[in-house]
Amino acid sequence: MLDELRELYQEVILDHGKNPRNFRRPNKPKREAAGKNPLCGDQLVVYVDVDHNECIVDVSFLGKGCAISIASASLMTEIVKGKSIADAKALLDNFIKMCTTDDFDFKGEDGAEELERLQVLSGVRQFPVRVKCATLAWHALDAAVKGVEEISTE
Amino acid sequence: MINFADHPSNTFDIEKIRSDFPILATEVHGQPFAFLDSAASAQKPRQVIDAISAVYDSGYANVHRGAYQLSEVVTDNYEGARDKVQEFLNAEHRGEIIFTRNATEAINLVAASYARNKLNCGDEIIITEMDHHSNIVPWQLLKAEKDLVLKVVPITDAGELRMDIFEKLLTSRTKLVSVPHISNVLGTVLPVKRIIELAHSSGAAVLVDGCQAVMHESVDVRDLDCDFYAFSGHKLYGPSGIGVLYGKKELLDAMPPYMGGGDMINTVTFEESTWAELPGKFEAGTPAIAQAIGLGAAIDYINDIGLASIAKHEHALLEYTTSRLSAIEGLKIIGTASNKVSVISMTLDCAHPHDMATILDRSGVAIRAGHHCAQPLMDRLGLPATARASFGLYNNQDDADQLCQALETVQEIFG
Repeated sequence: MLDELRELYQEVILDHGKNPRNFRRPNKPKREAAGKNPLCGDQLVVYVDVDHNECIVDVSFLGKGCAISIASASLMTEIVKGKSIADAKALLDNFIKMCTTDDFDFKGEDGAEELERLQVLSGVRQFPVRVKCATLAWHALDAAVKGVEEISTE
Repeated sequence: MINFADHPSNTFDIEKIRSDFPILATEVHGQPFAFLDSAASAQKPRQVIDAISAVYDSGYANVHRGAYQLSEVVTDNYEGARDKVQEFLNAEHRGEIIFTRNATEAINLVAASYARNKLNCGDEIIITEMDHHSNIVPWQLLKAEKDLVLKVVPITDAGELRMDIFEKLLTSRTKLVSVPHISNVLGTVLPVKRIIELAHSSGAAVLVDGCQAVMHESVDVRDLDCDFYAFSGHKLYGPSGIGVLYGKKELLDAMPPYMGGGDMINTVTFEESTWAELPGKFEAGTPAIAQAIGLGAAIDYINDIGLASIAKHEHALLEYTTSRLSAIEGLKIIGTASNKVSVISMTLDCAHPHDMATILDRSGVAIRAGHHCAQPLMDRLGLPATARASFGLYNNQDDADQLCQALETVQEIFG
């Protein structure tokens, strides 16, 4: 029982959950979107700045949520900064696969290095109701980039 | 008031009771199942499961229609369940008991049929900060439609209603007061009798949302003198899909139908229709037949044990669990009203309620984590969520111990 829980709550998650990176609202947010998980009350806002080359030059977030949702948002901000929107979207798709598919092999995929870092979150596979927590910030980022103001996991 | 505790057959044998609930013998993640989420929906005893099975095995047909024996038997059983509810609530007339899908539908019925016709622009409805969304949203919908005023009675930090403010909010424009009997988040028992007295003296009708009350204490609608009382069957150890609206006969008689259809009419022509007598007027269409009969069986089950015995058992558990939880460092109990039932909301310094719930689940402990359909209350408390452990008649000290041990695991991981 504890092993499975330790797999879910790895040190990296606990660290990012307690001390989230890029946990701020920019002075003048360019694009933003709120992500809500009405079931458990998690809510966060992702801020993103995209340059004329469709490249993410800054990304940050604020919000309240469980360790999984906050850690995932924090890791996301570190990972997607500097990426193109297309690369970030591809990463999101593969990240969702990683969180929901048992034998997902990301080694040959684009962004394999980033996915390896995100693997700490793949423990949610064993906890289906927590997949929404892990992917909340990513869906909000996707919405912000598209200009959608709010998404809900319901 | 009917005092079931005086019934000679009343004994509280927790082991016997636990054995009545087949699901309690199952294991979850290899652990004994400590089910502490009865406030969301309660488990069902064998007696209820059997009563429902029996309907489909040997006693099923539509009600109120058939000219054959089986339909008459089913109709008798369905209407017999209504008699049981009538006695359970000590209502004066059986027609005052309307079967609905759940308490939510019962509240919406009052909003759509009573309040929509009685209240006019500028009239006031009073609710509380402790209300479940089901006693907020129907009034908001009506407020928008009729340009009403919705007032909210605040609570103290302990989770008790500010009666002083309630008295001030009551005006001659207040036409309806709608309050929970017991808070689903805080476990607070509201002084509904006093609320009803005050509201009546000011000319307002009162709806009591009894969802969290009927399984914890005996309710006497005549003693309370409430105008409407709503509850759901599934929280009373009965099936889901069946709820009850009690309403005073003179009010229900004066109200227009809520839904139109079969069973709720007297005569129908293309020009006009006339309505059936109570309770039929409010029960359009084929009702939840087996569910109503199942609810009747749940009431029989509760009566056999006795609500006074149940309350005593649950209160002892509440005290035991509260004292054990209070010893856990960093744990805060949300809702410390002097009069409360065995519903314990809590937060831990080190972990979010959702993370607590996941770890507790792996330890075999089922609790609810989230806003409990009471987002405005969460805002008032300044919390995004709480973890809630709620105890029913079948819970025991082992469940409380398992909860506390699992909370230690949370601290081990997050500490």
